[in-house]
Amino acid sequence: MSEKDRAPMADEHISDETMREKAGPSRRGFLRNSALAGAGLVAGAGAARAEGPDPLITEVQEWASGFGDAVDASPYGMPIRFEAHVTRRNVEWLTESPVSSINFTPIHALEGTITPQGCAFERHHSGAIELSKQDYRLMINGLVDRPLVFTYEDLTRFPRHVMTAFCECAANGGMEWGGAQLEGCQYTQGMIHNMEYTGVMLRDLLAEAGVQAEGKWVYVEGADASSNGRSIPMEKALDDVMVAFFANGEALRKEHGYPVRLVVPGWEGNMWVKWLRRIGVYDRAVESREETSKYTDLMPDGRARKWTWVMDAKSVITSPSPQVPIRHGKGPLVITGLAWSGHGAITRVDVSLDGGRNWQTARISGDAKKKALTRFHLDIDWDGSELFLQSRAVDETGYVQPTKQALRDIRGLNNVYHNNGIQTWWVRADGEVENVEIA
Amino acid sequence: MSRLPKLLLGSCALVLTSLPVAAEPLGLGRAALSEEIAAWDVAILPDGQGLKPGSGDVLTGEEVFAESCASCHGEFAEGLDSWPVLAGGEGTLTDPRPVKTIGSYWPHLSTVWDYVHRSMPFGSAQTMSVDDTYAITAFLLYSNGLVEDDFVLTHENFTEIVLPNADGFYPDDRPATEYTLFKGEPCMADCIEGAPEVTKRAIDLNVTPEDPDGRPAGSLPDLRVAALGAGEMTETAAPAEPEAAEAEVEVATAEEAATAAPEPEEAVAVAADPALIAAGEKAFKKCAACHKVGDGAKNATGPHLNGVVDRVAGMVDGFKYSKPLTEMAAAGLVWDAASLSAFLENPKGFMKGTKMTFAGLKKPEERDAIIAYLATFAE
Repeated sequence: MSEKDRAPMADEHISDETMREKAGPSRRGFLRNSALAGAGLVAGAGAARAEGPDPLITEVQEWASGFGDAVDASPYGMPIRFEAHVTRRNVEWLTESPVSSINFTPIHALEGTITPQGCAFERHHSGAIELSKQDYRLMINGLVDRPLVFTYEDLTRFPRHVMTAFCECAANGGMEWGGAQLEGCQYTQGMIHNMEYTGVMLRDLLAEAGVQAEGKWVYVEGADASSNGRSIPMEKALDDVMVAFFANGEALRKEHGYPVRLVVPGWEGNMWVKWLRRIGVYDRAVESREETSKYTDLMPDGRARKWTWVMDAKSVITSPSPQVPIRHGKGPLVITGLAWSGHGAITRVDVSLDGGRNWQTARISGDAKKKALTRFHLDIDWDGSELFLQSRAVDETGYVQPTKQALRDIRGLNNVYHNNGIQTWWVRADGEVENVEIA
Repeated sequence: MSRLPKLLLGSCALVLTSLPVAAEPLGLGRAALSEEIAAWDVAILPDGQGLKPGSGDVLTGEEVFAESCASCHGEFAEGLDSWPVLAGGEGTLTDPRPVKTIGSYWPHLSTVWDYVHRSMPFGSAQTMSVDDTYAITAFLLYSNGLVEDDFVLTHENFTEIVLPNADGFYPDDRPATEYTLFKGEPCMADCIEGAPEVTKRAIDLNVTPEDPDGRPAGSLPDLRVAALGAGEMTETAAPAEPEAAEAEVEVATAEEAATAAPEPEEAVAVAADPALIAAGEKAFKKCAACHKVGDGAKNATGPHLNGVVDRVAGMVDGFKYSKPLTEMAAAGLVWDAASLSAFLENPKGFMKGTKMTFAGLKKPEERDAIIAYLATFAE
């Protein structure tokens, strides 16, 4: 479509000053005046319906006549430019330095369950390093019969396994602990991704080195400057922990630990050490900085829980949500979201339209894999009245996702990690969506 | 039905032989040498496992800390800006705003030694000597009021130190305290009385990143408004997409390319070597913890550096410069390539008493690259 054919932007004729007078420059002002703005939006809902023949149909379009891109226009493709808004985003005020920081997966804009690596959230402690396969070494030492060094090629010669797993930062939702704070599930629940990994089992590498009887813990650490390390009890290390080198069918991306990262299904993301360089076998936990001063949960009595590794069952509605308002007006509406549990498979997701007064069970779409993201859908006929949307996950252990308040009643207000409470989206009659807490 | 189990059994036996198993060692990898283990296994455990022989005193620690740590953590370990506070905070763990420090929260001294030695200083990890690590650890004990100023920490007295919050942690008890409460068939109808009442709204805080139109950043576009043309993507909050721009160029035919006007970027490219700028961007990571550049760059631990090249020193609004910098600026210091290079080579040699705690860049090519990179950022 050429420049002159482009439909005018909705507010193109209104000067900036008028906009400010009318609604204020921020979303805050926009929502405060949403009754006014809403009238226009709903009226616009019929815009796609033809008043006369649609020129997109009756006129031969450029793309229907001339050529598109030749092959090789983009040897490794990026999403089409119309999807350029679908990116990781960070909240700059959260951290002091971008090399020791976090950003968020655009879960509001994704469907299905697999997170593309290019938009999967990043958490680095000293930046994402470049480490080649040629320069890669992995050491196993400590309480083992044979301290060993592996090259990347050595790792590719062990029996290979494939598994899908979610990786969730323990702090996902931490900013929401004290109350609704950020507008959009990308920011409130977006420290999560879900990939299909290929790699070798940690238990096979440990068997190669021969763990001694006193070896009760492994300590895994990365090759980057932060040298981030975490202790994992031997039982978990011998269960389902993977040393992975492919994700979603391709090599790990740099920011996800190329060439080798650890996958610790169901457990907090901080333990999924990237650029894995050493596995030490010990008789006790190392109690590193990341498992004492951080990633511990301060309780109301001033003591703290440690070793809170498992991510409990959780869910969130990804659409509608603050970044995905309802623009089509009343009638058929698809409600969709994600659910997951570090204890196993999701067995059920319930959705409430009225802030938890009444619930209906959503459809689980596709497989509900253990310790992996699970997609749910609920199709409703929206009457255009306001909604208080909530979702509630149930996992195979029978655990039911609690409300934020139920968690606060136990943990107090000084917790930062492991907020798996129920999220509320306030859908207004005009289709705008807000992050709120309700009583 | 009767034949099925046998069939299954039979096929299972076949499948088993092809299952990936690694019960016996495969003979992969090679023996780790003792020098290699010593280089990589630097973990220190709470019971003192892994401690290296050495010692350090509080006063030495204070000097090393001032030199290497204070630019983020403050002279007294009080934490500048949002960098971690390392001292104080005793008795605050039940407060609405608990201050978690080494003295108030950390359970083990081994964690302090281990972390300082392996991960600090930020941006120059694994440069701290064993004795300096003991000294910094001793200073941190002193700044938390746990030892006197004549204290010397050694590998021999290390495990005698018990931090105040050593008993403040207990293993995950969620199975007993939470899972039992959160199980059972959940309510499906009439679960709560009365209509929902909004108690908190995120928009009242107004701290979400925004798109130019005031919506939460990353909001999906309104599909009833026409998509933007190729040249207009920059008007939105869409991040820079070098690949998209390249694709546009690649679809142009050879003839068009031959007659096309030079790309506007070319003017810049002639003035500065793109490879040098790229090298500078990489090298600048050493500076980025404290200095910001680019759109919307703000002052942090150091001033933002937009427009710094060829500017009079000490001119960034809102940044509190050190006394020597202010004095040299008053005497006419201009940050041209020569003065920047001299400063970056040896900050403390060039400007005695500078707040910039940075060891310096010994390689001239690295300094040139950073200066070329900085020159790409206008005021």
